[in-house]
Amino acid sequence: MSAVATSLAPRERHGVGRLGEATQDSLTVVWRNLMGLARTPQLLVFSTIQPVIFVLMFRYVFGGAIKIPGGIPYVDYLMPGIFVQTVVFGSMGTAIGLATDMQTGLLERFRSLPMARSAVLVGRTGADLSRNVFVAVLMAIVGFAVGFRVHTNLIEFLGGMGVVLLFGYAFSWIFATVGLAVGNPETAQAAAFPVMAPLVFASSAFVDPRSMPHWLAVWARNQPVSATANAVRALAGSYPVPPGTIPPSTVSLVLKAVAWCVGILVVFAPIAVRRYRKAV
Amino acid sequence: MSENAIVVTDLQKRYGEVVALDGISFSVPAGTVFGLLGPNGAGKTTAIRILTTIIHPDGGSASVLGHDVVRDPDAVRRIIGLAGQYAAVDGLLTGRENLRMIGRLTHLPPEQVRKRADELLVQFGLADAGDRPVRTYSGGMRRRLDLAAALVHRPPVLFLDEPTTGLDPQSRQDLWGMIRELVADGTTVLLTTQYLDEADRLAKEIVVVDQGRIIAEGTPAELKAKLGDTVIEMGFADDDTARKAETALEGVSNERAERESALIRLSSSAGARVLVDVLRRLDGAGLVPATLAVREPSLDDVFLSITGKHAEPAPEAEPKDQKQLARAGGGR
Repeated sequence: MSAVATSLAPRERHGVGRLGEATQDSLTVVWRNLMGLARTPQLLVFSTIQPVIFVLMFRYVFGGAIKIPGGIPYVDYLMPGIFVQTVVFGSMGTAIGLATDMQTGLLERFRSLPMARSAVLVGRTGADLSRNVFVAVLMAIVGFAVGFRVHTNLIEFLGGMGVVLLFGYAFSWIFATVGLAVGNPETAQAAAFPVMAPLVFASSAFVDPRSMPHWLAVWARNQPVSATANAVRALAGSYPVPPGTIPPSTVSLVLKAVAWCVGILVVFAPIAVRRYRKAV
Repeated sequence: MSENAIVVTDLQKRYGEVVALDGISFSVPAGTVFGLLGPNGAGKTTAIRILTTIIHPDGGSASVLGHDVVRDPDAVRRIIGLAGQYAAVDGLLTGRENLRMIGRLTHLPPEQVRKRADELLVQFGLADAGDRPVRTYSGGMRRRLDLAAALVHRPPVLFLDEPTTGLDPQSRQDLWGMIRELVADGTTVLLTTQYLDEADRLAKEIVVVDQGRIIAEGTPAELKAKLGDTVIEMGFADDDTARKAETALEGVSNERAERESALIRLSSSAGARVLVDVLRRLDGAGLVPATLAVREPSLDDVFLSITGKHAEPAPEAEPKDQKQLARAGGGR
């Protein structure tokens, strides 16, 4: 009668330490999230159409009216901004994904499993990073198709895309926090826009802050979306330099952007982890 | 056999001003089903969440197979399975993928991951649907997959939070059968439910919880002995007629008849015999009930008899009574 069942779950896996286990658990969650993305291609299509519309609109509708100092073609100024905008909008998926898992009870199940505590968040943001790679490549192709040109070299341009992806990853952790805080996908979506709008639109992503009122320009010059877009421009050779001024060095612009990414991660990763531990 | 799989001592949890658990204690003998019975908001889910290491208690202690849920959560997580009220499976993955994911996250060896997923799909009647995304499943199928997901690593202790809420009668029966099989194999099950009949059918022992406290405990037979095993409900045209009927029925059963406006509720352990007596007396007094229902006692009856109030506060007495009659008629 008392044939007490024994668990199949091992006390420790052979050959992998704690870190190895955390990595494997994270990869399992990445796999799970990517399968989800692959099964909802319509989501990927629509989230890609939006930045394409932005490209066409700014390139062909507003572009003619926007003059960039230093004789930089507008399309060369625009595309780095579009890249940043795309990953920021894309990171909304992190909020929606986590809020959905919370609502369906899947987070609760994960937290009752002997898996690494970090795996759900690392797996979610990791999957969103993979999606960003895909979308960034796509947007680069769109950019080249509408006349975007790199004036430096391939290595520097790829470095710029790396900064964009790093920024998208850091931003995912902001939205991980938002998603876990609201716990409902519809609310997460609604809550995301007010976070993104002032960062994406009141920035140097689409227009030179010099054309903005002074108070707005101060904000636009000193926030992470602008910093990232400027770093990419420097690396692609399209950073605007008005005649008679000395531009900041590429290295300083890149460092500024990377510093923002690191800062966002350092602040938001612990907050998101704390929220995850409390989320039910 | 006398060994306890789960020991809970003076467990407390509050959310701000709301006291979810106000010091509950119980122990679950290994290899048995233990029922936590109570209405919505009684604290059942909170207790399950603490025992499955999802949240921390504010006071008291709890252990599963000797492992403290706060001090050694990892050890607890290896030996428990959790299946919930809201089927917690990924709708975009197939049934097989869901089970394999859980297998990997419980760190089974790769060949076991495949084997267990295939076994469980067969065992739970999902073999044909195994390669379909879960969002195409029916409610009953989802719930079966959810239970299967809790079993991937063969946990010796299983927590089921309202496993049959919202299921049709056939799916309920199926799930009950599966739970019985697990227990026959030596699994310990802690089950929460709002249905007395479910606890009665499955559990060896029951505690009834209300507002974070235990208000009754014992075997199903002991609880029912207090209540009687049959409840007769009669609705009358108006309060006046009901009052007359109440007088007419005095002493017909060992339990007193209770009147709530135009409704009379009578519980008895003498079953059908009492019904005959009741009808004879009513007929003798020239009273005809407008509605009549004979049913098994519900959680609500347990509450009425122990606390003198309904399990769930009804906004108005009238609609609540109607609902109960309808439920009795529907054979729930």
